[in-house]
Amino acid sequence: MNLSKILKNIFLVILFGLVVAACATKKTTTTAKVDSQIQGDVYIGSDTVEELAKGVPDRVFFATNESILTTKSRDTLRKQAAWLRENTNVNVVIEGHADERGTREYNLALGERRANAAKDYLMTYGISADRISVISYGKERPVDPGSNPLSWSKNRRSVTVKAN
Amino acid sequence: MKIIKLLTGICIFFLSYTSNSFSLIEVDITRGNLNPLPIAVSPLSQNNKTKKIFQNKLNLDDLGLEISKVIENNLKQSGLFNPLSKDAFLQKPDIAHLKPRFEDWSLIKAQALITGKVLIENDKLKVEFRLWDVLAAREMLALSFTTVPNNWRRVGHIITDKVYERLTGEKGYFDTRIIYVSEEGPKTQRVKKLAIMDQDGFNIKYLTLGNELVLTPRFNPTNQMVTYLSYFRNLPRVYLLDIETGIQEVVGDFPGMTFAPRFSPDGKKIIMSFAKDGNSDIYTMDIENRIVERITNHPSIDTSPSYSPNGKHITFNSDRSGYQQIYVMKSDGSNVKRISFGNGIYGTPVWSPRGDLIAFTKLHKGKFYIGVMRTDGKGERLLTENFYQEAPSWAPNGRVIIFYRETKTNKEGEGFSAKLWSIDLTGYNERLVETETDASDPSWSSLLSN
Repeated sequence: MNLSKILKNIFLVILFGLVVAACATKKTTTTAKVDSQIQGDVYIGSDTVEELAKGVPDRVFFATNESILTTKSRDTLRKQAAWLRENTNVNVVIEGHADERGTREYNLALGERRANAAKDYLMTYGISADRISVISYGKERPVDPGSNPLSWSKNRRSVTVKAN
Repeated sequence: MKIIKLLTGICIFFLSYTSNSFSLIEVDITRGNLNPLPIAVSPLSQNNKTKKIFQNKLNLDDLGLEISKVIENNLKQSGLFNPLSKDAFLQKPDIAHLKPRFEDWSLIKAQALITGKVLIENDKLKVEFRLWDVLAAREMLALSFTTVPNNWRRVGHIITDKVYERLTGEKGYFDTRIIYVSEEGPKTQRVKKLAIMDQDGFNIKYLTLGNELVLTPRFNPTNQMVTYLSYFRNLPRVYLLDIETGIQEVVGDFPGMTFAPRFSPDGKKIIMSFAKDGNSDIYTMDIENRIVERITNHPSIDTSPSYSPNGKHITFNSDRSGYQQIYVMKSDGSNVKRISFGNGIYGTPVWSPRGDLIAFTKLHKGKFYIGVMRTDGKGERLLTENFYQEAPSWAPNGRVIIFYRETKTNKEGEGFSAKLWSIDLTGYNERLVETETDASDPSWSSLLSN
């Protein structure tokens, strides 16, 4: 039992090595580019990102099917919260979005879940719930029309937009 | 006699095919030919006086011929019939309708023959038609009915339904309509409108102007009402629309997004999801007395509900196991059971009008499938595989499924399209359903007549 497990692992390691080698020889440039923009299935680049104010990014990104906020997302949302505390007259709408690789109705629910994850975090930093409304667009408003993992990662997002 | 034998042959083949393939969990990509039955559809006859009246009224050169073309097209699309070219017909329509010379029809290999007659009576269009068994040399069916002349395409659909029912033993699905979402513009800024058309793609009408996003229209199985999701005033809510009057209203008074609506089989309730604070649960609202009931109460996403045809059960989509799976419960929300256990994730369960199957969308290893399983989750059968497709909707006889399919864009994000497709429950006869714009979210109506 143990031996077969070990053998299996060795096999996997070899296989993995082969895959890496194949990538290294063939796809060095593209893989490196995508790798630098996606970390753990979450987009970390700055393409499509706008600013609510100087140094305050307007959006956070999610992994496939997830609504968990990454360290970077929490950092962005803390900046949004600080800005909202300074600008007490501003209300916001958080738009939740999903990528195109899911059924329409489920993605509407997923977008709502993502927008609320961002809203809840802003609330824990002192922003009152009545200043934040949420809307889910599901997969209806992609920011990137591409059908590839990088485009999808940019579309899995929640965007904070000034409401007034 | 022989024709009946042949046709029961088709039925039996259907049944045996279905039961055999229950055991296979694999994609049937074979687009096989079921030996469609050769059938001759003679132009419906009319006298010269009637012909002139119709020419004036409907601006059609030959109404009888046009109706026969509607029938031929329906029969061809069903995949079960092979309508023969009219060039080969030897007998004139009026005489054939009185008494076919069966040897002539047999000579061109027709096994069944449809003949008919149209006339005008008190400004109404009166239609007679007969279905003949060519080899047995006898009449199988004779019917007549009256309607307003503008309904002439429906006359073709009703005749097809009667012929289909007589020859296959099952109700037809031709005198029906499809409501869908018409799509235009770039992928990042799609303009979507509600649209309705006859099952064969004719008589397209747009029901909204495209000012707001609209999604997932569904027919009431008992009347001409439609329920759908609209982003009117940027508030995504479920709406109710009367197609005849154009009157629409928001469904219920929910403090958040309502979506994924469908009617109960008796048409009296709307079942839908309501999302609040990041959690979606399933609710119903009685259209008459407006009473709202909560059906599920779970911190996961519960959506895409669909009633069984007897109204006693509901199938729905939930990620309570961690991923999207299909569940069945009693209509009061009790007895929740997961039924999908195959590889991949499952969504959009829709109960068949026959009650025995649930159609679904499945995502596995980057491919999307439309499939069916029994209501206990056993006997999963995948009908079609593609880059992206979802939203199956059943024809009222439970034999055909319509859905939509999207294309993959290229590196520049170009080349996106969304189209409606239909496929038989057997996995055969996959067809593009032509629409003048891109299209998604189709919903098939009940039979309009009978």
